[in-house]
Amino acid sequence: MSFSVKKDKSGVVVVGVDGQLIVGNRQELKQKVLDALEGGGRKFVVDFVKTGYIDSSGLGVLVSLSKKIREQGGELRLAGLNEDLQTLFELTKLDTLFAITKTADEALAAF
Amino acid sequence: MVPPSPLRLHATALEMRLDVPSDLNVVGDAVQLVASRLPAGTLSPRRVSFNFRTALAEALSNAIRHGAGEDPARVVRVRVELGRDAVRIHVTDDGGGYDRTRLPDPTRPENLEREDGRGMFVIRHLVDDVAFNAKGNGICLTLRAG
Repeated sequence: MSFSVKKDKSGVVVVGVDGQLIVGNRQELKQKVLDALEGGGRKFVVDFVKTGYIDSSGLGVLVSLSKKIREQGGELRLAGLNEDLQTLFELTKLDTLFAITKTADEALAAF
Repeated sequence: MVPPSPLRLHATALEMRLDVPSDLNVVGDAVQLVASRLPAGTLSPRRVSFNFRTALAEALSNAIRHGAGEDPARVVRVRVELGRDAVRIHVTDDGGGYDRTRLPDPTRPENLEREDGRGMFVIRHLVDDVAFNAKGNGICLTLRAG
């Protein structure tokens, strides 16, 4: 399974990405997050601690989801990026669009 | 039950070849298959796990989307040259080719919130050299040893 979705005690939706976020599975992530948004979730953390690589389609889906969540008054945060993935966000300047923390716990604490 | 994979890798000491159906859902499996059979030595494990995999996934999805029209009956060809000094990934589709050299900069403020348009930009930062064939339906990505 590529994604795990759980809600913490304060209602933040934490999505774990196992393996990769790429063109072939981005729709699955999108649907899971949109379902949670429709179900009333407004605060989201995507945890990449178990993620090896993300392609440009994966980056694109995060941008699109972040926009939709912001439109509903919520926020999408990212956590657990390894050094290479952090560099990917920096060189695409997407680090300026997202709040990024080292761990999901830090992201949860900052909400 | 998991359906049998349509992917068959042909590998020698000098190269690997793989025909990939033009289906975006197969990209992850194709990347996994090729990366897992890449001999150790030329590229560091970290570069295989990030640069090689991401660059191959990008090149495959570009070829499937823009070259072979996401038609699973058509095929995108992958050839990986295994050298001591470098690994070269060739991805070729059967389309008419297109110009990938004049693309908007995805890091400009007006493009930052676009969902697409980052593929070639990402590829150029992950590999040491990018070349296209004359027709524009083939790309060669070079990752030098290290």
